Amino acid sequence: MAIGWYLTVSALIFCIGAVGVIIRPNPLVILLCLELMLNAANLALVAFSRMWGHEDGQIFALIVMVVAACEVTVGLGLIVAIYRRRLPINVDELNELHG
Amino acid sequence: MTAVLFFIAAIAALAGAVGVVALRNPFYSVLSLVCHLIALAALFLLLRAEFVAAAQVVVYAGAVMVLYVFVVAYVGGQDDPLHRPGGALKVLAPLFGVAVAIELCIAMLGTALKGISSDGAPYVVGFGTPAHIGTLFLTTYLFAFEVASLLLLVAAVGAVMLARRRRGLEPEEEVAPPIVPRAAFTGTMAEAAGFRAGAGTTTEPHTQTEPVGSQTTPPPPTPNTAGVGSTSDKSEGGW
Repeated sequence: MAIGWYLTVSALIFCIGAVGVIIRPNPLVILLCLELMLNAANLALVAFSRMWGHEDGQIFALIVMVVAACEVTVGLGLIVAIYRRRLPINVDELNELHG
Repeated sequence: MTAVLFFIAAIAALAGAVGVVALRNPFYSVLSLVCHLIALAALFLLLRAEFVAAAQVVVYAGAVMVLYVFVVAYVGGQDDPLHRPGGALKVLAPLFGVAVAIELCIAMLGTALKGISSDGAPYVVGFGTPAHIGTLFLTTYLFAFEVASLLLLVAAVGAVMLARRRRGLEPEEEVAPPIVPRAAFTGTMAEAAGFRAGAGTTTEPHTQTEPVGSQTTPPPPTPNTAGVGSTSDKSEGGW
């Protein structure tokens, strides 16, 4: 398959994730959609790595995976802290820093 | 054969992505993301990135998704409304998504890169294997490798700090019983060893409201008993 097909799939996944970040009010689902966007970037990186025949893009994708894992850890910690304080799990109502 | 596998994996990945956004229950969204990640790992395999595909399945679909499932089960996976109450976003967000998709496709497919329409560089034996990736990580990209390990450490410490239970910021759920100093020689190890059993059997650390030896002068708490009391106070809950 041509590399362009992979890039098209990557662009579509990225846009689905972006739409999800915008329209979903639940911070858990927003984190999931952020994962979608990061994975779309990973797919593009690996496709370009295949295109050039170098493995540098795969290294980049692995680092992105590490960053995504860190983001998930901190984000889920925040959600657990929000839940412990009996605040609503809804980004529209969590619009003040001093909750 | 490659085309068939590509289309199966691509359709599965896109369906998983749509499922993440469109399903109402966050639990189903997580399961849909697992399907998406596995389909993406198949795409990585088609691109001859074996190690990235394995890491995707093990790290993402394994570890990170288990974390998600735990938190969804903890917070409660109730159905929530798909859209926010404001009506403008419901119309504007899909338009925005379509616009960005078209723009990205034009930008990526309209480049003058000749490799876009080819199958990629000729395959070299060992491309994408753990040996090559590991060599690159330990030679050219050693700094990025070390920074990634430091970042993981910081994220782990940060998550523990965020998720632990803090005093004073939230209403207390259960009031901890007052900590009273034990009488002398009545620590838990002394009770277990039967040392002065008459004085030690009635001393329970939490139900006791008054020390046994209160008629006499209460002895100062030894470091051993103070440590027991304080740890049982502070280590409640928190994960």
